[in-house]
Formats: sequence, C-alpha cells, structure tokens
Amino acid sequence: GCFVFKPSTKKRRLSDKTAHDFRTTSNDSEDTELRFVTCQSLWNQIKSETEQIQENLNKQLLDNLVSFLSRSHSDFQKKTTEWTCRMKFREIPTAALVLGVNVTDHDLTFRGLSDVLQDNVTPYVALLEAKDCPGIKNLMQKLMGQLMNCDIDVDSLEDEDCVQVSQNRIRCSMSSLISWYDSVTKKTHSETPSKKRNSSSRHWQSPPVVVIFKDMESFTTKVLQDFIIISSQHIHELPLVLIFGIATSPMIIHRLLPHSVSSLLCIELFQSLSCKEHLSTIIDKLILTSRFPFKLGEKVLQVLINIFLYHDFSVQNFIKGFQLCIVEHFYSQPLSVLCCHLVDIKKRVYSLSHDQCENIRRLPSFRRYVEKQGSGKQIELLTNDSFLKEETEKLLEDLHVYHENYVRILRCLHVFTSSLPKYPLGKQIRELHCACLENRVWETEEYESSLQLARMLNKTDLVTMLQQCVEILMSSSGKEFDRAVEKLKKFLTQFQNLEEASQDRDVSISPQKELQKKTDLYHLQKTLLELKESRRSKKVTKFEMLRFEVVDYIDSLVRRYLVPAEDRTLHEIVYFNAAAVLREHLNAAPRTALHTALNNPHWYLKNQALKCDGGGISNKAPDICIVYKLHLECGRLINLVDWLEAFSTVVMAAEEPNADAASSDQVDDVIHARFIRAVSELELLGFIKPSKQKTDHVARLTWGGC
Amino acid sequence: MSRPEGMRSSRRSLQVKFVPDEDVLKHISDDAGTKVRKDKAQLSVSVKRFVKKLENISDNEPQEILEEKNYVAALGICAQDPVGNGSNISGGEVYSFQTPKRSNKMAELASELAQTPEQNVAPDRSKCPEKMAKTPQSSKLSILNCLCFSNFMWAEIVWKCNLKKKEFVSTTPYRLRKRLAAPDPYLESESEYSASCSEEEDEEEQKEVNTILSNQKTPAKTKAASTPPPRNSLAKKNKEQKMGNLVEEYFEAHSSSKVLTSDRTLQKLRKRRLNQQTLHDLLKNTPLAYADEIRDLNQQHESLFSKWMLQLHLGFNIVLYGLGSKRDLLEKFRTSLLQDSVHLVVNGYFPSITVRSILNSITEEVLDHIGTFRSPLDQLEFITKRFKEDSSLELYVLIHNLDSQMLRGERSQQILAQLSSLPSIYLIASIDHINAPLMWDQAKLSLYNWLWYETTTFNPYVEETSYENSLLVQQSGSLALSSLMHVLHSLTLNARGIFRLLAQHQLEKKDNPSYPGLSFQDFYQQCREAFLVNSDLTLRAQLTEFRDHKLIRTKRGADGVEYLLIPVDDSTLTDFLEKEDEDV
Repeated sequence: GCFVFKPSTKKRRLSDKTAHDFRTTSNDSEDTELRFVTCQSLWNQIKSETEQIQENLNKQLLDNLVSFLSRSHSDFQKKTTEWTCRMKFREIPTAALVLGVNVTDHDLTFRGLSDVLQDNVTPYVALLEAKDCPGIKNLMQKLMGQLMNCDIDVDSLEDEDCVQVSQNRIRCSMSSLISWYDSVTKKTHSETPSKKRNSSSRHWQSPPVVVIFKDMESFTTKVLQDFIIISSQHIHELPLVLIFGIATSPMIIHRLLPHSVSSLLCIELFQSLSCKEHLSTIIDKLILTSRFPFKLGEKVLQVLINIFLYHDFSVQNFIKGFQLCIVEHFYSQPLSVLCCHLVDIKKRVYSLSHDQCENIRRLPSFRRYVEKQGSGKQIELLTNDSFLKEETEKLLEDLHVYHENYVRILRCLHVFTSSLPKYPLGKQIRELHCACLENRVWETEEYESSLQLARMLNKTDLVTMLQQCVEILMSSSGKEFDRAVEKLKKFLTQFQNLEEASQDRDVSISPQKELQKKTDLYHLQKTLLELKESRRSKKVTKFEMLRFEVVDYIDSLVRRYLVPAEDRTLHEIVYFNAAAVLREHLNAAPRTALHTALNNPHWYLKNQALKCDGGGISNKAPDICIVYKLHLECGRLINLVDWLEAFSTVVMAAEEPNADAASSDQVDDVIHARFIRAVSELELLGFIKPSKQKTDHVARLTWGGC
Repeated sequence: MSRPEGMRSSRRSLQVKFVPDEDVLKHISDDAGTKVRKDKAQLSVSVKRFVKKLENISDNEPQEILEEKNYVAALGICAQDPVGNGSNISGGEVYSFQTPKRSNKMAELASELAQTPEQNVAPDRSKCPEKMAKTPQSSKLSILNCLCFSNFMWAEIVWKCNLKKKEFVSTTPYRLRKRLAAPDPYLESESEYSASCSEEEDEEEQKEVNTILSNQKTPAKTKAASTPPPRNSLAKKNKEQKMGNLVEEYFEAHSSSKVLTSDRTLQKLRKRRLNQQTLHDLLKNTPLAYADEIRDLNQQHESLFSKWMLQLHLGFNIVLYGLGSKRDLLEKFRTSLLQDSVHLVVNGYFPSITVRSILNSITEEVLDHIGTFRSPLDQLEFITKRFKEDSSLELYVLIHNLDSQMLRGERSQQILAQLSSLPSIYLIASIDHINAPLMWDQAKLSLYNWLWYETTTFNPYVEETSYENSLLVQQSGSLALSSLMHVLHSLTLNARGIFRLLAQHQLEKKDNPSYPGLSFQDFYQQCREAFLVNSDLTLRAQLTEFRDHKLIRTKRGADGVEYLLIPVDDSTLTDFLEKEDEDV
C-alpha cells in the first residue's frame, strides 16, 4: 500500500520553494516577493513575541518549582542521619502541577520547565509520557535512556563508557540506576576543578533526579503505583523528585493511587496560570497594540475567540489561527504589500506599479473616499498615479495614527465599562474591542445603558478611573492626547476642589446638626421642613454636574476615536476580514458537508435537473444521493432486496424517456451494479454496515432521517 | 425543517400540510446572508405556530430553532459564506433523533421520487426557469406542485385501502413492480385529478388554509370519482394524527428492539450475483452522470494546489473531506507539483496496510536504512532523529483515506500524528468516514496541525470500495476457492476424500434452508463405509485439522449432537467439486 517516489533531479532549497509557491499562487504577480518576505518577518516577530509572553507568564510557576526542588532535598545534601529525617526519607517529594484542560499548551510549559531545570538545578531530568510507558519495564527503560543521555550531553561525550551503557541496554532496574547515579556524582566531584566549576556553578552538589510525568491521568495506575513503591525503597540512595502534570484536578492523584501508595508521596500543589488569562495577555500584546501593522477584523477575531472558548481553550490553536490569518491576508490581498511598519510605507507606496494603483482604486473604502471629494480631486485621484500615491501615503499614515489613538481610548473606555454592574459592554477588553470593531459602538443599546450606569458612579470610583485614564493617555508618545489629558486633569482637580468645598459646607451644616441634638418638637419640625425644602430645590449637586461633564467628555472621546475600522479609508490593506475562510479551515464540519452533498447535490453540481424545491431531491440525482435518501426511510435494519427494488424504480423512472429501447435485462444489470457501488460507497462513508442478524440485510449506523 | 418532515411518519395528511409551508418559505426567503436567515427562522416560527394550531405539535419546536440559531450566531457561523460548503445547516438537521419507521416507507419514497418529475417539476422548470426564484407566481406553482403531490399521496392511500379491502396482502416491492409493468388506473385518475385541482387552485388564494381545505375536499372527490374508500379509516387516521406528538413518537421509535423488515432475500430475486470483474466492467461502461459539473467542481479544487503547497511549507498539514473520491485529486496534486521531491503515497484503503509498513517504507526507501526495529516507537524515534539531524531531508506524505479500517486505531494515529508534526514532513491526507474526526483528541489534533479543506468531488469511490468485501458482490469467489484447493492439496488422499464427502452431502441438502449440517455420527458412518477412516478417533483428528484451517465449522445442536458444516457458499463448493473431479 505504500509507494515511495524519488525524483532524479536535484532538489531545490526549501526557502526558495516556499517563496516560489507564494509567487506562483497569487494570481497577480505584483510584489509577491516583498509580500512573502513581509509576511514571514511579521510572523516571526509575532511568534517570538508569543514565546516571550509564555515565558514571562510561566516564570512565577517555574520559580516556585525550583525553590520547591531546592527545599525538597536539602536534607539529602546535608547527609543528616536524624531519625525524623530518615522517616521523612520514605516519602518522595512530589510536585503536582495543575495545568488545566488545554492539553495542547502543556508541551510548551514542560519544555520550558525542563530547560529551566537543566540550566539551574540538575542535569538529570526525564520527561515521561503515558503513551511511551505501557508497562513498568518500558518506563524504566525510557527513564534510564533519558537520564543517561542527558548525562552524556553534560559531560561532553568524554565518557564513552556511558554511551556504551545506554547502547548495551543493561538491565533496567533501580539498582543499576543508583549505581549510575553514584558513579556520575562521584565523577563530577573528582573532576578537574575547571570542569567542576563549570558544572557545579549551575547545579547543586548531588543534584536531584527529576522525573516529570507529563500527562498523569493517562498513565495506567499499575505502572504508577509500581514505580512509586519501588523508588520509595531507594529514596535514601537516589534523590528522586517527581512532577505530575495534571489536566483535571488534584483529586485525580487520590483516585489513581490507593492510600498506601499516595502516603509515600509528599505532595505539594502548584497551579499554573489559567488559559483565559493567558489568552487575555496574548490579545493584549498582539492585537491591542500598534506594534504590528496587521490587524484582525471583527468577525475573524470573533471566530478565533469562539474556537478558543467553545472548543479547546488552547492558546496554541489561537496563535495557529492567527498565523493562518496572516498567511491568508498576504496571500489573497495584493495590496497587503503596504501592510508594513510606518517607516517603510513611503518607499513602498512610491514603488507601486500602475496595476497596484488600479487595485487601490478598486477598494470599496477608497471609492467611498473618492466620492466624498470635490470633483477636481476626484479626477486627479482616479487618473493621476503619483497623486494617488501621495494621497495613499497620507491615508495610510492616518490609519496608523487612528490605531494608536483607538487603542488608548479603548483602554480608557474599558476602565469605565469593566467596573459597571452587569458589564453591559463585556468584562474583558476583547469583548469591548469586538463591539467597537463591529459597528459604531455609541449607537448600540449596551453603550447607552453603560453610560447611564456610569452617570451613577460614586466619586471615589470615578476619581480612580480618571486617574487610570490619565495614566493610559500619558503613556502615549504622540501629542494627540495632550488636550485630553489636560482636560481630565482639570476634572480631577475639580473633584478635589469639590471635596474641599463639600468639607466647607459640612462645616456650615454642622451647626444644623448641633441643633438637632437638643431641641424641642417645634424646632425639630422646622429643621426637618427646611431640610426637605433644600433637598427638593437642590436637584443637581455640583458633584453630579461634574459627573455628567466627565461622562459626556468620555462619550465625546469615544465618538471621535472609536470609529469602526471599516469606516476608515484603505482599511482593507491592514484588516483581515475573511472569517468564513478561517472557519472553514480551522473549524470544519465534515459531516455537514456530506449531509449537504447527499441531500442537496445541486449545491455542488450546478445542473438544472438537480434543482428541486421542497426537501426532497429529484430522481436524476447521483446514485449515492438516491440510495442515501431511500435508506433514510428505514429503521435499524435495511433489506437489500427492497432497497434495490426501490432504487431501480427511481432510476428507471428517471431514465424511461430516453432509454426504453435497451433490453431490459441489460439495464437491470447495470442498475444492479450501480446500486452495489452506491451501497458500498455508503458503507465506506459509515452510514451502514453489513449485518448478520438477518440474511441480506444491512444495519444503519445513523439515526433519523428527513 | 427536516425534523417535522421526518415526524410525519405514519400520519399522512401531516405531510400534506408541511410541504407547502416549506415551499412558501423557500420562496419568500433567499438563501444567503445573516439577516435573511434570521427572517427565515422567524418566519418558520410563525408558520409553525400556525401549523401548530391546526395539528397540535408540541411547543418546543420553534423554541428549539431559536436556540439553535443563537448558538450558531455565537459561533460566528453567520458570517457570510462565499464558497459552497453547506455549513449553514444547523446541527439539528444533521444529527437527528431516531424516528419510527414503517417497512414500506422506502418503497413509497421511491415511487414518490419516480413520480415527481413527470408530473410537474420538470415542465414547470422548462416553462419558467428564471422566474422560479422570485415571482409570486412561482410560489403559487410550488404550492400547486405540492398539491398535486399530496393528491398523489391521497390517491395512493385510497388505493392501498382498496387493496386491503380485497384482502390482498402484498409486499411493497411487488406493488412497485406491478405499477411499473402496467400503469395503474388509480395513478392515472390521480394525475387527471391533479390537473383539475390545479385549475381550481388558480382561482383561489394561495394560502395554506385554502390548501388544506382543498386537500380535505379532494379525497372526497376522489371518492366520488372512483371506488368509495373506507371513510372510517380515514377519520381514524386524522384522529390518530392529532394525538401524535413528539414524545410518543420517540418512545415508539425506541420501544421495540425488534425490527420489522421484509423477508425477501437476494437469492429469491433470481438474479445472479455479480462478481468483482463484471461489476467493474458494467460500471466502466455506464457513463458518469453529471460529468461536466463534476469536472468543474474538480477544477475548482485544483486551483488550490499551490496554496496547499504553500501552507504545507508553512508548517500546516492538510486534510481533505467531502463526498466523493479524493484519490484522483490527490493523484493530480502529486503529478503536478511533487514530481521534483521525495514523496510517499499511502493507500490507506488497502486492506493490509499498517503503520509498520508506512514506517518501513520511510526508513528503508527514503532514509536508506537497512535493519529492523524492535517497535514502531523505536522506528519513529529513529526517523525523528534523522530528520532533525539533516535539515535538507524533506518528505511529502500523501495518505488516501487516513480513516481506513487499518489506520484508524489510536496507536497508529498517534504515530502518524507524531510523524506529521516533524517540520520537514508534509502530510496531506483525505478522510471519508462520517465519524473520522472522532479519531483525534486535542493532543493529536495539535500534533497534526490540520488545515481543513472541503473537496466534494462526487467522484465514485472506485479504488476505495474495490477492496471492501462488498455486500452484494459475490463474496469469497476466487479467493476462497483457491485457498480451499491450496489447503486440500497439502493433505492426504484420505483427508481429501473426507472433505469431499462432507461437501457432497452439503450440496445435496442445499435446497433445505434449515440444514443444520451433517451430524458427526452420520459422518463417521459414511466415512467408514467409504473406507476413509477406521476409528472415530482418526476422524476426529482429521476434523481438528480441518477446523484449524477454517475449512469446517462445528455446531452443537439442541440435542447435543455435533453438526459439521463447510462455511462456504454453494456455488464455490460446486466449483470446488468440479475442480477436484478434474484433478482426480
């Protein structure tokens, strides 16, 4: 079944090839080279950025783990012989690492972990996966293989005997492991000082042996139990530390291991960062920033987030989707060559060819822009390439500025909306971002209600929010927000003054209060009436006035800066909006496609004869569709003879007008053959299977029918 | 909308009402865009409500549709859909519940399908093909279609009732055959009838109420025109239909584990079984339907080839799904783009393919490594190491039917996934089985790093099904015979005689369907008489040998007697005896 084909010609280099693909594939040959390079460099930037983020996020966890490791075997190093310590030695120090359900992201975490450990703690780290260890023997084999190999790496292929050892596959037992450990540690002690410094500066003396079980849930309990029991016997001689990677909950340890075994472990729990926070950070750093010229449209972002939330919680997949977006964008949009950093724009705009200029003119957003211009400028824009280029450059710069401002104001708005009760515009900034991208946010009901709520905020909240906003706006480099900052600061001082004023008033009121203390009924009545009067007349306090002003000002900022990207001219160049493509490739529904093809072949085969109103199909449909339709009418078992009869009825009816001349027997055979083919195709697709319950029957594997 | 249709089951007039609704809907609402979709859903809700009043369907339906819509919207599926994948179908349509089935349902549908185009669909289209989509007239037409259609159903009911009256119980296919042979008088009357009725309908307003009313009128007229139908049964049916609701139907569908199907077998059909060769020839001679459209479809897919290459190089792997064989497509991809590079083609549908053989061909032929490995895991490790060491090595792997019987196991998928995760191995595979995506959990999916491409080709699965021991193809044909011969030739003369005896006996009894086999005692007697054995111990030893080679099967009967049977069909056995005679 397998065939290997080898070419006789020389192979081309990989990188050339990829670029070549890009070139040949894009239907127009404009700037493909440059586009590809831009795409690659952008992706590499983003990739390194995400890795950086991941590393930073895991730092805390890794630090905790390292300190745990150092604590766990401090006694071993001291070689204490106290009785309590010895009792403790029966227990293997264990770190239970709760990582969450996003299994696909764990790989990166573990890789980071083992790197850190090997750099800082111990060279002896073994990563075990359940699929490699169906039995205790395999486990030991794998463990020793990894440990001894890493030993070679550290001691620089000098120790040939070690290589020999791993090659000869000496019997894998705990005792051989211990003797290996002894020899290795002794060697490092006896080695030349220079070397020793090299290794011991990074690692501790008698470094612990760390065994990581990547996916603890998938290990068979027997293997785990055996391993733990055996190694607990040897814990005096071998400083072993276990790390369990747990996807579900720490309870699983007790479910997998009986008490007698789990009592041999000294477990400490570590919790990794939740994947949602991880995603928020990624979105914050990749999308809500003006560092990268490439942007995601609203629908695309929605699809990516939904795949994350509804399907896998996997940040890795989110990034993969992001990568696909980049590739698709640069691949399908010839103008994406302009999707670059601000510094390059000028050069690139002026090197555009005439065709590319035409492409610009064809952009819907650009056409809208042209229509708004005066007639003289319109003609210039549509006929003069160099004028167009100037204009394009200006527009692109505008777009860039728009982004920077957008992000700031979005963050400011988020400060407000994230503290409102019930979060009408969403709790996360990504929800707010989507809402703003989708349409004019100030026209939505949610925005209206959140403004209403914002008008009811108390003063301390409002002041802290304003301070946050000022911080956000101050951090921007441009001068765009100088006035806004000033204004906000003015608000703040006004609040401050208000406070003082109210204190003053408090002082003035205080005599009143004193009055209340000791008074007769008449006076009391009088003061109460006065108070009532004053309350009624004082409809809007100064504070409320100010609050309205603040909210209105924020509103004006929003209206000015949070214009949806689709309203901006030339947004097509930097925004990727083909959500359908993305969904088709990442979140496909094979069953639905089959369903459509079988029930409605006209969807694919554009032939009039196949068109049929109503739910049914015409009798001229492909054989498999007819057979499928017929089988839907049956229960669990289908009689092949009935089926064949029904099929031939349909097919004959469809063919009758043109083919009644042929001899009936011949036709019958052909129909029979077609039926057989269609049925076996259905079997291949998994709709039916042969059944032994009754002769000449098949069993249906799906439910229902239409 | 498919659900209510499925529920019509045994209620005839339910169907009559539903089809027009659906048609009206189809015409009022276009099929693209979110907004229209929303409208459509709302409309369907309102229409449903209306229908509900009439026929007492449970409340849940509209609600359910709305909820479904919300979920769909939440997934961002409402985004516009440029190319033809049918993904704007809701899940409820694809994964429906089990519904009660009656035995003759299929035949009815068949006759229905056979009937439709002649009656109305085809002529309508020829008259006004472009108007169908928009004009109000078209909606009227479709209502008419349904009317005719429903009339036809009524006529059939009437006709069936008549049959029952005559105490004439027949299986449906028989009825079909009869109808095909000689045009049925009732059907003729029915078609006349539909004409008159459509005239009548032209004058009336095109509302469902009217449709229903006229439907209720029509049977009455049929009565007058032809033989009087049993009125009671009709009334009873209506009543029954009113009582029916979803819950009951659900339990009806699940209550009896017994399945009622007719007892007819292929042997009674007097049709010779086709063997693989004749089947192949016959199919080769029949022209492929819609060849032009299929070619267009395939050309669309072929335009994606270079994009695939690009994405493969960027670290994605590609999986193709959709109806129709994707073998030719992949083959074309291979010949057009992979000529200059090392590539491996795996025919997953091949019945004896294993992961081992895939790995072997990589190590032996691609990496030129001689030697064996202790386990596939070791082998995989070796491959991984080699590919990591040598960055100039690259390999394209094409797997036809990654979901085939042999490769769908957990371990094989794990190994293939790990293989595909290597940066310089590019995997492009196709899947066909409806449950194929269930093979992969999150971990495997992330290893595979799939990009999904829908490539519905409508090509027949010629190669893929040729290996499958197809249901209707004459099984065990040459293969079983040759293996029989082969085994027997290595046996002693006496042993062959014993087997012959058993075979002859079985052939003599071939007309007896309840033939349990030859009892051991009888067999021993016969063998003794033919001087083939001298004690029952020798016979037993011989039988053990047969059983080891799966030549015979033993069964213990109700009386504790051992019965012997050759598990080969009669024609093969006859062939075998003939061959044996030639040899001797």
